[in-house]
Amino acid sequence: MSPPLIETRGLSKHFGGVQAVRDVNFSLDEGELRCLIGPNGAGKSTFFKLLTGQIKPSSGTVLFRGTDITHLQAHEIARLGIGIKTQVPSVFNGLSVRENLWIAAARRKRGKAANHEVDANVERLSLGRFVDKPVGQLAHGQRQWVELGVVLCADPGLILLDEPAAGMTEEERGRTAELIRTINREHPMIVVEHDMSFIRTIARKITVFDRGSILMEGDVAQVFGNQAVRDVYLGKQVAA
Amino acid sequence: MRTLLRANWQLVAVGIVGVALSIALPFLLDAFALLQITLYAIFGILALSLAFIWGYGGILCFGHSAFFGLGAYAYAVAVINIGESTGPALIAIALPAALAAALGYFMFYARISDVYVGVITLTVTLIFYNVINSTAGPKYHIGDALLGGFNGMPNVPTLNIPFLPDETLEPTGMFVLSAIALLLTYFGLHAVLRTRFGRVLVAVRENEQRVEFLGYDARLHKLIAFSIGGALAGLAGCLFVAWGNYVSPTVFSVVQSAQIIIWIMVGGAGTLLGPVLGSGAISWLTVAIGTQQLVNANVVLGAILLIFVLAVPRGAAPMVTERLVPWLLSLRRPAADRASPRDLPQEGRA
Repeated sequence: MSPPLIETRGLSKHFGGVQAVRDVNFSLDEGELRCLIGPNGAGKSTFFKLLTGQIKPSSGTVLFRGTDITHLQAHEIARLGIGIKTQVPSVFNGLSVRENLWIAAARRKRGKAANHEVDANVERLSLGRFVDKPVGQLAHGQRQWVELGVVLCADPGLILLDEPAAGMTEEERGRTAELIRTINREHPMIVVEHDMSFIRTIARKITVFDRGSILMEGDVAQVFGNQAVRDVYLGKQVAA
Repeated sequence: MRTLLRANWQLVAVGIVGVALSIALPFLLDAFALLQITLYAIFGILALSLAFIWGYGGILCFGHSAFFGLGAYAYAVAVINIGESTGPALIAIALPAALAAALGYFMFYARISDVYVGVITLTVTLIFYNVINSTAGPKYHIGDALLGGFNGMPNVPTLNIPFLPDETLEPTGMFVLSAIALLLTYFGLHAVLRTRFGRVLVAVRENEQRVEFLGYDARLHKLIAFSIGGALAGLAGCLFVAWGNYVSPTVFSVVQSAQIIIWIMVGGAGTLLGPVLGSGAISWLTVAIGTQQLVNANVVLGAILLIFVLAVPRGAAPMVTERLVPWLLSLRRPAADRASPRDLPQEGRA
C-alpha cells in the first residue's frame, strides 16, 4: 500500500503558553478533497503554516508521500509539490497577471512550455480580460482567482486553499466552488472555509478542528449531524 | 527581427545614442569637459549598481559606498604594489563582491527585516570610513602602499591597456573605457532582468513569501543580486581612482552613500536609465552650484530631494514614460477619449 499523500503524526505547536495545534494526527489520500472547518482560533491556519514549512512544529512530524518534510525550508517543501493559496491573497501586486503566472510556471517549465502553461490557466480561470494589468489594480475576487492561477501554474501535487471564497460575491462563490471541483480532478486539495453553504457544495469528507485538535472527521451528513460539532461551531450559526 | 526591434525600441535608442556619444564627445569637448563627463559615466555605473539591488531586488542598502570605497582602495593598494593594472582592476571588482556576498549571507539567511539591512550596511560603511581615516602615518601600509589616513592616497597609477603596463590610458582613453563600461553595465543588467533569475528577483521584491511558496529560494536570489551590485560598485570605485589618481576616506562617507540614493530617487527607482540620468544631472548641478557663492549646494540638493519625495515620489523616468508620454499621445485623440483609467488612484503603489 502506498503511503498517504500527506500525514501528520503527533503534530503540535505552541506559542509561549498558547497551544495553537495539539497532537494532530491527520492523513489525506491521493485524489481527496478535504474541508477543514472550525471556529476562529481553532488552529486551521497554523496547521497550514506547519504543512508548508512557514513555521516549525514544537513536536511531531509531517510526511509528504512518505518523506519526512518536518525540517525542510518553505521553498524546499514547495518544490516537492505542496502549493498554497493564503487567506489574504499572496500575489505580486506590482506585476501583471501574466507575469504572476509565469513566475509560477517557470519553476518547472522552460521557454514555450512555461508560456503554454500560463495561457492554459488564463483560459481556465477566465483571466483574459485583465491579463496584462497589474494585479494590485484588480478587485479582491479577481485577485483570489489570480492567486489560484499562480498555484495551479506551479502544478503542485497537493493544493491547500485557505478561505478561497472569502470576500466574494454570491455569483463568484458559485464559480469558485465549480472551479474547485474541476481542479480536484487533477489535484488533491485541503480547503479551509467558514461558509457552510459553500462547504456543502464542495465537500465530501470534513475534518473539524477545535482548540488545536481534531474534534471529529466524517462525511458531510455525519459532521453536520454531530452534536459536539453543532455546539462548538454550527450552533452559533443556526442560532444566529 | 523587426518586431524584436520595435518591442525594444527604448533599448535600441539608448544604445544608438550611447555609442554615438562615446565616439563623438572626445572630438566635441575640451579636455576639462571630457574629464567631467567621464566622472558622470563612472557615477552612472555606481547608480546602476544600487538601482539594480534596490529598484529591482528591493534591498535598500544605505551604505552602498562601502563597496564603492572598497573597490577604490583595493585598486589603489593593488596597483601600487603590482604596477600592471589588469589584476588590480579585477581585485577591485572581486573584493567588494565577496564582501557583499558575506554580508548578504548573514543578512538574508538570517531573514532580518529591511530596516536592519539598511542599518547594517550603513554601519559597515561607517566602520570602513573610521578605520581608513585613522591610518595616517608610515606604519599603516599594505606592501608598498601607504594608506595615508584622512590624507588619502595620492599618485595612484591609472589604468593601462591589459597586460601592457606602459600603455596607460590618457583622458580620452579613460572616457572611452568608462563609457563602454557604463553601456555594458546598462545592457548587461537589462539582459539579467530578462532571465528567469531577473524576473524572479523582481518577484522577490514584490512578495518574498509567495516566491518561496512557488519553490524558489528567495534568500539566494537576494544574495546573488547583492553580490552583483557590490561588484559593479567596486568597478565604479576602481574607475573613480584611476580617473582622479587619488583616493581618500570620503569614498566611504555617509554623504557618498546618500548621494547614490538621491540619484536613484530623482531618476526613478525601478528603472535603469533614470538613475544614470539622475546621477549625471545631480552631479552636474553640484558642480554648477559649487562655482558660485550665493547658495550652498547641500541646501539645493536637499530641496530637490524634498520636492521629488513629495511631488514625484517614483522619480523622473516613470513620470515621463507613464504620465507625460501617454498624456502627449492622448492630445492627439479627441477629447472625449481622454479620461483614461490611468487617472484613477492606483492601489498599492504608494
